[in-house]
Amino acid sequence: MDLRLLAATPTDVEQDAVDSVIGLPEDRDGDRIDQAVGRVALGGHQVRAERHLLLPALHSLRNARGWISEGGLGYVCERLTIPPAEAYGVATFYSLLGFEERPDRMVHVCDDIMCVGRSEATITRLEAEGVSVARSPCLGGCWSPPATLEDAVGSTFASGSDTPPVPQEPNGLRLLRRVGVVDPTSIGDYQEHGGFSALRRARELGPEEVLNELERSNLRGRGGAAFPIAVKWRGVRAAEGAVKHVIANGDESEPGTFKDRVLMEADPFALIEGLLIAAEATAATKAWIYVRAEYPTAIERLGTAIAAIEAAGLHDDLDIEIRVGAGAYICGEETSLFASIEGQRGEPRQKPPFPTTSGLFLQPTAINNIETLVAVLEVIEQGATAFAAVGTKDSTGPKLFSVSGDVHRPGVYELPFGTPLGELIALAGGARGQIGAVLLGGAAGTFIGPGDLNFELSIEGATGVGAMLGSGAVMVFNDSTDFGAIVRRIAAFFRDESCGKCVPCRIGTVRQEEALIRLADGNVIDSVESELRLLADIDAVMTDASICGLGRTAAAAVRSAIALELAGVIT
Amino acid sequence: MTDITLSIDGKTIAVPQGASILDACRTLEIDTPTLCFTETLEPAYACRACVVEVGPGALIPACARQVEEGMEVSTASERVIRSRRMVFELLGSATNLERADDDILRWNDSLGATKDRFGLPTKARERTAPHPGHHSPARAGDAESIQEPVKIEDDLYVRDYSACILCFRCVDACGEQHQNTFAIATAGRGFNARISTEFDFALPDSACVYCGNCIAVCPTGALVGKIQWDLRLEGQWNPSRQETKRSVCGYCGVGCNLEITTQDGRIVEVGSPADHDVTLGNLCIKGRFGWQFVYADE
Ligand SMILES: Cc1cc2nc3c(=O)[nH]c(=O)nc-3n(C[C@H](O)[C@H](O)[C@H](O)COP(=O)(O)O)c2cc1C
Ligand code: SF4
Ligand code: SF4
Ligand code: FES
Ligand code: FES
Repeated sequence: MDLRLLAATPTDVEQDAVDSVIGLPEDRDGDRIDQAVGRVALGGHQVRAERHLLLPALHSLRNARGWISEGGLGYVCERLTIPPAEAYGVATFYSLLGFEERPDRMVHVCDDIMCVGRSEATITRLEAEGVSVARSPCLGGCWSPPATLEDAVGSTFASGSDTPPVPQEPNGLRLLRRVGVVDPTSIGDYQEHGGFSALRRARELGPEEVLNELERSNLRGRGGAAFPIAVKWRGVRAAEGAVKHVIANGDESEPGTFKDRVLMEADPFALIEGLLIAAEATAATKAWIYVRAEYPTAIERLGTAIAAIEAAGLHDDLDIEIRVGAGAYICGEETSLFASIEGQRGEPRQKPPFPTTSGLFLQPTAINNIETLVAVLEVIEQGATAFAAVGTKDSTGPKLFSVSGDVHRPGVYELPFGTPLGELIALAGGARGQIGAVLLGGAAGTFIGPGDLNFELSIEGATGVGAMLGSGAVMVFNDSTDFGAIVRRIAAFFRDESCGKCVPCRIGTVRQEEALIRLADGNVIDSVESELRLLADIDAVMTDASICGLGRTAAAAVRSAIALELAGVIT
Repeated sequence: MTDITLSIDGKTIAVPQGASILDACRTLEIDTPTLCFTETLEPAYACRACVVEVGPGALIPACARQVEEGMEVSTASERVIRSRRMVFELLGSATNLERADDDILRWNDSLGATKDRFGLPTKARERTAPHPGHHSPARAGDAESIQEPVKIEDDLYVRDYSACILCFRCVDACGEQHQNTFAIATAGRGFNARISTEFDFALPDSACVYCGNCIAVCPTGALVGKIQWDLRLEGQWNPSRQETKRSVCGYCGVGCNLEITTQDGRIVEVGSPADHDVTLGNLCIKGRFGWQFVYADE
């Protein structure tokens, strides 16, 4: 590749920041720098193979100066042989990276579904104190709005909220049984609480038997798509390729969802144990954990846990790497997540080919949600029969729910699949006031009216009321809610978080928000009916023709709110 | 090679294994709109103009999916037509399609796309990156557009991104798939995603080598030669008075085929045939723009 470098030079701080990620520069054979034209031709393959260090290097620059300068970006490009236009394209994709000088301290304040309205007082106070504020989509702190994220030069991000509450008694819980009980920084404590017994059992059983157990358990993914895990893992095991990957998807950015955060922060060893089992069952040679930057405690504890597991030699030489997102909901979509790790823009890819044969670096990849990997421990430890005895026929095992909004005890709850929604709300202390609607599944989810609240929380049960369980977010709104404001915030979320690759979602999300604003303002183009036809057309093209799940669900909440005639949507 | 048999709109057809649904549609001469697809590049599968219906579930882009034995494809169902029409309506509501290729204008009309249903497009403004993820509120009553000032930074190119549909063909032609120069890439996110050099530098300050291969693949006139742009401004650009002849480039020994277009006996554009197996439609600065020196002292 013939690379034209940037003219600006990096500061020492920037150079150190980049070198700390990539290593010190050394003379590589085959490097030729022609100073006169500033083009460098590198020995191709080897350096291009390091492109996946781009996002970590950009994080390091942000950390050092708070923003990314021309000199800083240019130095990364030189070190990794990345064309500056491409690196700029990657860096401008993420909301937590910036190219403008900024104050040393900033605070990101969530004004998403649960925090909208409640964030204004916080924003006013911070601004009065002279603190620079950025409004943010859901920060995974929905149980105590508004959530905040500290962003200071010279350090990583710091969350304004603690680990989400788990109000249930640990007795009888499976997925959450160690949360709040075990010391999340101690491998010894983890072992004393039953840690690694699933890994030992999996090693006794061997990969084939592990896959058989998973198949018998009928465990399905907890990240939203509910795909059977045994089918996915078998696919990867059977796929051809010397290098295969397993990935734990800890991007958790669906508004209203914070259950993976609890697992990563309070029981990090369990997730890694699940990942080790995944690697052995799929014959993967490399493991990754992708965590959103907004979860700094999770990142830190997972790092500590990996080090302890490696020191104890339990990882069987598997290389486990943590990758940190940089503010992009779309990067939780599996193919975007691959692109993000690869140092590309976090844009989804057309499927097929599927990740099982062509995933990260186009190599066979098993990617799973955090909760799914922790549920694997239950299958292996208790056996498939006991696991499948809990829940319903099609939705087996226990399930986590993130409950927020107008309930007395918001937090993360574990219940067998099939429990009626009303029971979950009662467990969460009951509703504050009369329920106006429940939003199931987050921004990508569906509003359910007060008449339908007693359906069973299972994949089939949700389908029965025209909804999807999704990530298991349960957002409760009482009947004094301005649903119009909530629906417009959801529309704004999709507009802001669309990656921009495909036409239906890139432009459709904008037109959807505009139409909702016109309806709220009573400023319709033609008539209310014509605006509703417009929304239905936008819904059709986004749902039917978008590349990925973001566009395909961007109209779901709006559609259900209109069908339920929720207050404040149309005035 | 074995053939695959499938049915499209009730017609049975056999096509070679590995062919796409689009290939099969075109073999049957079913007029299928495509925007990001072009013969010489691997498409981004991003425009979704070519979607077809194959069973329940979401529609699928015909250019992306390989044919399968027994597949039943519908290209004219209500769902297909609705989504295709909406793709053109959404693009038209945000983008200036007036100078787009004839095919695009024809598809737009035959689908009955009416771009003004969404309100009047917002006026041109600088589109330097708003921070990704930060909300830019809708402007009352207007349909947010991508109109922005035209970029004229040298004597060879004009970049009028108000006409850009983000088909990504130019990025692929500049980068990995053809030219290996990587002067342009997608920057920003969502509605603010756009084609850009690093830090939005002017083209002469970027890695651009002026091969013009981006111009050759741009379907909307967002990237256009300066000569054509100027003639259009003067109201003199007139394809009906133009003639295109093949020739071979004499600048070096490669022997690239040229397509020289003249209007009233005067050269107005030089390209290369997309079906030429050496160039695939690509040229270098000398082949594509060298002729301008012929007229330079006039
Ligand atoms: C826009 C979007 C965002 C997503 N975000 C997440 C996420 O944060 N975590 C997650 O596990 N899955 C997320 N998914 C689903 C993943 O693509 C994928 O299905 C999942 O990680 C597979 O794991 P599972 O089979 O264990 O559920 C998202 C999907 C879409 C379309
Ligand atoms: S649906 Fe939206 S997020 Fe997904 S690829 Fe298309 S533009 Fe990107
Ligand atoms: S400038 Fe032209 S070729 Fe490039 S993305 Fe836009 S429309 Fe496509
Ligand atoms: S933290 Fe504000 S909505 Fe989730
Ligand atoms: S032509 Fe098929 S997606 Fe663009």
